[in-house]
Amino acid sequence: MSTQESRKERIDRGIKVRSDGLYALMSWRELSYLTLPRFILIAGMLSLPFLVPGMYWQRVISIVCIYAILALSFDFLAHYVGLVSLGGAFFIGTGGYIAGILNSYFSIPPFLTVPLAAIIGGAFCTLLLLPCLPLKGVYFAIVTLMYPLFMARIIEAFDIFGGTDGLIGIDSFASSFAEQYFVICMVLIFLFGLRRFVTTDRGLIFTAIMDNDQAVKASGINITRYKALAVFIASSMGCMAGACLTHIYMWSGISQFALDFSILPIAATVIGGSGSLVGPILGCLILVPVSELLRDFGTLRIVFYSLILVGFILFKSGGIMEFGQRKYEQFERWTQI
Amino acid sequence: MEILVYGTINSVSLALMGLGFAMIYGISRVPNFAHGALYIICGFVTWTLFYKLGLPYFISIILSLCVNGILGMFMYRFILIRVRGMNISEIIASYAIGLAIIEGLRYGGFRGMNYTLPVFMEGSLMIGNVPVDFHRLIMMVIGVLLVAGLWVFTHHTRIGLALQGMAQDERAALMLGIDSDFMAMLAMGFGAVLAGVAATLILPLGNIVVESGYNVLIMSIAVCIVGGLGSWMGAFFAAFIIGYAQILTVVFIGSHFQMVVALLAIILTLILKPSGLFGHQKELEERV
Repeated sequence: MSTQESRKERIDRGIKVRSDGLYALMSWRELSYLTLPRFILIAGMLSLPFLVPGMYWQRVISIVCIYAILALSFDFLAHYVGLVSLGGAFFIGTGGYIAGILNSYFSIPPFLTVPLAAIIGGAFCTLLLLPCLPLKGVYFAIVTLMYPLFMARIIEAFDIFGGTDGLIGIDSFASSFAEQYFVICMVLIFLFGLRRFVTTDRGLIFTAIMDNDQAVKASGINITRYKALAVFIASSMGCMAGACLTHIYMWSGISQFALDFSILPIAATVIGGSGSLVGPILGCLILVPVSELLRDFGTLRIVFYSLILVGFILFKSGGIMEFGQRKYEQFERWTQI
Repeated sequence: MEILVYGTINSVSLALMGLGFAMIYGISRVPNFAHGALYIICGFVTWTLFYKLGLPYFISIILSLCVNGILGMFMYRFILIRVRGMNISEIIASYAIGLAIIEGLRYGGFRGMNYTLPVFMEGSLMIGNVPVDFHRLIMMVIGVLLVAGLWVFTHHTRIGLALQGMAQDERAALMLGIDSDFMAMLAMGFGAVLAGVAATLILPLGNIVVESGYNVLIMSIAVCIVGGLGSWMGAFFAAFIIGYAQILTVVFIGSHFQMVVALLAIILTLILKPSGLFGHQKELEERV
């Protein structure tokens, strides 16, 4: 039987079909089939600080989680609201600076600055992005790409908040243990919260705005308000990540507006699987340690991950998550044509 | 007088940067975020050919322009063609290519202040009471000639008309037998060559630094957005607006604010009039 005469077909596994409906509650096997992937993710994330050796790699865990929060917010905004924001650095920088200012000028402890930075930063970013909300597609992408550069230049030009040196001497978290578990829990809460959120009525409106905004408008729903809400959610996540970053490095500066924070989460989303919300986290878990391993090669690692990015966009645009999900839920066989 | 002369020079160099980007977007609707990388790679290829291989300056420029054109066409043929029409993927893919080129050059040792290209002609001229060197004058003349040449090319040659047809309505162009993929590839090649021309004209005025690739990208996007994406004439006029605005800020406020002006121009234009000053995009498509 040559390959020309047959084709591959994919069929859902029996257990997948059974566990789709209410039958899932009937047996432990179906239940465990449903919960296993989630359990592995949660248990894996929570046990990471114990599994990873050395101070250096412990620090990498926190960085992974910060990128993961950022990538989550990108994925949510791009694939559930239809706003492609290339300005992850804008969120990180705003959150980082707000946390830095609150801590060094008003000496507010880290466990208060992080939520405060999330809320104030989210409001600030939403306010600044409000005029661009009517834009779509490439225009929104370009304008959000410009914002972090703009902020960095403003800080540089006016020489405020420490100018090019940045704010130094910011308090760190109580211990590295607290720091890691805080960011890990934040990633998990945001992940499952968002997954729940996009299926609620509000989430449905977001998806509808992405698919056909005119129709949503015609139904008498104020789309700008909903877009603003989505941007607020995404930007407060980003700002919280930025605030954590500031406290981890005990420093906030212009480099928090650097393009790294815009490009790496996007790369992670594309590699992990866009539109799945879990994908970005998997992508970060792979990409960030790889980029740490390649640190010796200097800027070559940027070359390396941009090439991976291009490869994934061209040949596996669904990402790892889609591939894994297919293997988990379906089996393949050759059939005669 | 100083403001007038240097404003014009600055404007022409901005227009040179922006033309390639405007051309590619106008024809193939691909926002080429690798524009800055193409600009900088042309400078380095010229430098390598001129200093390492010892070719005459003029020939090395021509060769590097060819290399750039081929690079642009390859980029379209093998990478961008697969994601065409998908906005997010186009931006990410082209930006990633640009990033790979720029950071690759940085890794390859092209950094620091010791890479310069010679100017075309030494000496300077007094315009009014402002000294202007010949190279800047040549740059202005070539810039204006290039815009005029592009106009003639797109209005009076077969390929130019085909490109214009594709820019206006791709499906109709397809029906009339214009191979849209081939034309988009050509447009990408031309855009890359234009980036190279801008590089060979502007780079001799300073050092070749890798970081300027990012600035060129930002400036060309600024010019194109303010002028209206896809409109070449718009890009040309917008270059004058931004160019003068920049020189005015440098003279009256401070050179720190030069980039702020460009970024502010982009943000304000997108908010107030997303189709740009001269754009003819359908308003509905870009904003609700």
